[in-house]
Amino acid sequence: MNTCPEEIVHLMHEYLDEELSYEKEKELKQHLQSCEACRTHFQELKRTIAFVQSTSHIAAPSGFTQNVMSRLPKEKKKAGMQRWFHNNPFFAAAAVFLILMGGSLLTAWNSDDKFAFTNNDNVVVEGHTVVVPEGEVVKGDMVVRNGDLRVEGQVDGDVTVINGERYLAGAGSITGQIEEVDQAFEWLWYNIKSAFNELGDMFESDDNNE
Amino acid sequence: MELIVKKRIKQVLKGDQNAFGEIVELYKDKVFHVCYRMLGNRHEAEDISQEAFIRAYTNIHTFDIDRKFSTWLYRIATNLCIDRIRKKKPDYFLDAEVAGTEGLTMYSQIQTDEPLPEEEVESMELQSSIQKEISLLPDKYRTVIVLKYIEELSLKEISEILDLPLGTVKTRIHRGREALRKQLRTL
Ligand SMILES: [Zn+2]
Repeated sequence: MNTCPEEIVHLMHEYLDEELSYEKEKELKQHLQSCEACRTHFQELKRTIAFVQSTSHIAAPSGFTQNVMSRLPKEKKKAGMQRWFHNNPFFAAAAVFLILMGGSLLTAWNSDDKFAFTNNDNVVVEGHTVVVPEGEVVKGDMVVRNGDLRVEGQVDGDVTVINGERYLAGAGSITGQIEEVDQAFEWLWYNIKSAFNELGDMFESDDNNE
Repeated sequence: MELIVKKRIKQVLKGDQNAFGEIVELYKDKVFHVCYRMLGNRHEAEDISQEAFIRAYTNIHTFDIDRKFSTWLYRIATNLCIDRIRKKKPDYFLDAEVAGTEGLTMYSQIQTDEPLPEEEVESMELQSSIQKEISLLPDKYRTVIVLKYIEELSLKEISEILDLPLGTVKTRIHRGREALRKQLRTL
C-alpha cells in the first residue's frame, strides 16, 4: 500500500524527536500534502503518542516506604543510637539521668563516704593514702575513693581519684588517663561518662557479633 | 530536588538509614509508575520497585555523587523490570492479572457505590487497552517508550539510563512507535 521511500517514514520519526532540520521538515510537509498514505501514517503515529501520554500517573501503594525500610539490611546499631542522641539531646540526657537515678547512684554518693580503693598486691596503704611504691608496677585501672593516691612507681592503666588527691612522684608514671573527681556533680558526671562508655562498648561488641 | 537527595545520600553513606526513607518518599511514585507501565501489573510493579530501592540502598556506595541520582535509580529499576519480563513464562499474560483487566476490576468495585460517568468508564477502558498494548511491546521497545512518553525523559537521559548509544535509543524509539502504531490503529 505504501510505495513511498523509507526515507519519508524516517523523516516522520525525526520530526517526532524534534530533530528535523528546517529543509527536511519542508520536504516532509510537501510529501504529506501530496500523499494520503503517508498522511495517515503520520496521523497514526501522532495519535499513538497522544494515547501513550494520556495514561494517567499512578501513585505508589500506601505503606510503600515503610515496606522498603523494613526490608533494608539492618543498619549498624551505633549509627541508630548516635542519630537518636543527636536528634533528642534533651531526652538522651534525661534518659541517662533516670537510668542512673534508678541505679540509686545519688544515694550511693551520699552514703558512700568510706575510704575505698582498687585492691592490688603491689600497693601500700598509709592511713587514707594509697601508695604505689617506687619500683612497683600496678597493671590495670585504679580507683581511690575518699582518699589520696601517691604514685611513686608505675600504673599501667587509668587512674580515678574520687574525693581525694593524687600525687605523682618524680619517678612515678601513669600510662592511662588520670581523673580526679571532687564533688557530687562531678561524681555523677563521671558515672554518666562511664555509663556511656559501657553502652558504647556494648554496641560495639554487638556489631562485631553480627 | 537533586541537592536534597545528595545531602541525604551522604547521610546514608554515614550509616543513617532514616535518610534513605526520605529518598524513597521522593522517588517512590516515579519508580513505581515506570515499573507499572513496564510490567503491566500493580503487584509485580510494587515488588520490583521495592527491590529497586533496596538495591539502590545496598549499592549506594557505588553511586557517583556528581551524577544525577534519578538516572541511576531508573537504571536499576528498568534493569530489574527487564529481568522480570525475560524470566516470565510467555503464557503469563494469559492467565494472570493483566493491566487491561485491572481497570475493569476497579471499575466494577466502584460501580457498586455510585455509577461512573460514561466518559470516565470509557477513558478507563481506553487506558487499560493502551497499557495492554504497551505490555505487548518487546521489552527493548517498551523500555524506551515508557521512559520517553510516560516519564518524559530526554533521549540523552534515556541513553544514560540504559547505557546505550544515543543512536540505538533513537532507533528503538522509532521501532517502538511503529509497533505501537500498528497495535493501536484499531482503537
Ligand atoms: Zn507517501
